[in-house]
Amino acid sequence: MVERLGKRFGDRVAFDDVSFEVGCGEVFGFLGPNGAGKTTTVRTLGTLIAPSSGSAIVAGLPLSPENGPAIRARISIMPESPGLYRRLTVAENLRCFAGLYELDDVPGRIERALRAVNLLDRAGDPCGSLSKGLRQRVALARAILNDPAVLFLDEPTSGLDPVASREVHELIASLRERGVTIFLTTHRLEEAERLCHRVAIMNTTLRLVGRPDELRERLFNLALEVRVRGSLENPGSVFAGLPGVDGWRVSDSGGYELTVSDPEIAAPSVARALIGAGADILSLAESRHSLEDVYLELIDEDTEAKRR
Amino acid sequence: MSFSWTRVKAILVKELNDYRRNRFVMVFTMTILPVVFIAVPTVQLLVAPAAEASSKLDARVGLSLLYLLLIPAIVPSTVSAYSVIGEREQGTLEPILITPIRREEFLIGKALAVIMPTLVVAYTIFGAFLATAALFAHPGMRSAIFAGSHIPVQVAFTPLLAGWSIWVGIAISARSSDVRVAQQLSVFANLPPVAIVALMGFNVIPPSTGLALGLAALLLTLDALGWRAVAAMFDRERLITGVRT
Repeated sequence: MVERLGKRFGDRVAFDDVSFEVGCGEVFGFLGPNGAGKTTTVRTLGTLIAPSSGSAIVAGLPLSPENGPAIRARISIMPESPGLYRRLTVAENLRCFAGLYELDDVPGRIERALRAVNLLDRAGDPCGSLSKGLRQRVALARAILNDPAVLFLDEPTSGLDPVASREVHELIASLRERGVTIFLTTHRLEEAERLCHRVAIMNTTLRLVGRPDELRERLFNLALEVRVRGSLENPGSVFAGLPGVDGWRVSDSGGYELTVSDPEIAAPSVARALIGAGADILSLAESRHSLEDVYLELIDEDTEAKRR
Repeated sequence: MSFSWTRVKAILVKELNDYRRNRFVMVFTMTILPVVFIAVPTVQLLVAPAAEASSKLDARVGLSLLYLLLIPAIVPSTVSAYSVIGEREQGTLEPILITPIRREEFLIGKALAVIMPTLVVAYTIFGAFLATAALFAHPGMRSAIFAGSHIPVQVAFTPLLAGWSIWVGIAISARSSDVRVAQQLSVFANLPPVAIVALMGFNVIPPSTGLALGLAALLLTLDALGWRAVAAMFDRERLITGVRT
């Protein structure tokens, strides 16, 4: 639970007035443009940075300097850069961190972590000889070594090719199935949409928190997208007064976008009205806004506000 | 959570494994540099005329042993100056600081990882010097080395100078933003104790048991308190963000 958390570096506000809750076993996405304060928030929750204001409870413990070591023992953070000792082997890297967490059954844990990231056969390879994608997987193995109650992943697929990204996604999905609470910082929106139960959009302050579909509903009206052969002679008269249709406009694709209160009521009446007007219907579908649309809408609002 | 030797050991083993595979540390810092420091004393030892006055022989021995004391002063300073800033530059500091490790555990692990190979190298080189003296030096030179207080002083001051050098190196490393600057500064910071030992070696400060014991006690105190002083300078937030808190 995070309550009005903020961090300033002198006059510069890294993030401010951030409040949210993350449930046990939830995958929580943290989205925002570069410089929005995402990484600083993660570092603050990970006790690396002291907050300037507000409070938080992380993995069941109040965020405070005294609780720092205990919180860090219960969580794990995978930073954007893997940060591995390149001259040491994969197993030596993990052994070092197992010691830092004072874990028991070190060989067993290392084997399980490497199996989870499909790197068991590379345990003896120096980390410097691995590709970026493989190093990212080693960093992920290191992050799950201590069975953290909360796993913070900071841009886990940054700089990875699509195949390596997909592998990381599969691993996150498998951790989600195992009930690990994951705090995923990303600016890859399709990643957040695919993996997260809920997302928060942040731009120094928290703009929105909710399920991706909730955010879409909150930000965009329900709409039907209509495409017909040619164009309607008098669209206003075709769409006016139809049940469930609140308004219409010509869409960017050359069709018509109808704002509706209930797509299930509006769609049949729209179809009938179009046929009645002699139009050849090419498609009639509910307009789906992606998380990217939500994100861009909010960030654009911020940019506009700053300009004003 | 209390102080943990398991975490200290994790850092120590990691560091030793890293040195083992680091050609610069193994070849230059731990081999070539000490060999350079033994070259001059060995020449001093072998070229000394047999008929030289005992006071001159003593001065030669003092100078030779001063060179050998440069090993515990210079070797650890270059390695320890890399210890924190080096981790930061290769991106490994943040993953370490994210773990439950306390700064004291991190610093002691780092210091042990430097002092252990330093002592092995310094005493091995000193042993080689004594063996050369025993086998090849003329009797006058031999007695000047073995009869005086040179050996116990050398044995005692080697770890004391190394300890000072390590804490100063780590302190500079924790506050620097550039590895090269950190290494240069830490070599400079080691000059004061070496200078005092040198002044004693050349009789500018008349050496006495009391003075040697006093200097040893001072270095011992600084070494023992060093980790606390360095721990106070070790600021997680500043190291991660680069911003003073």
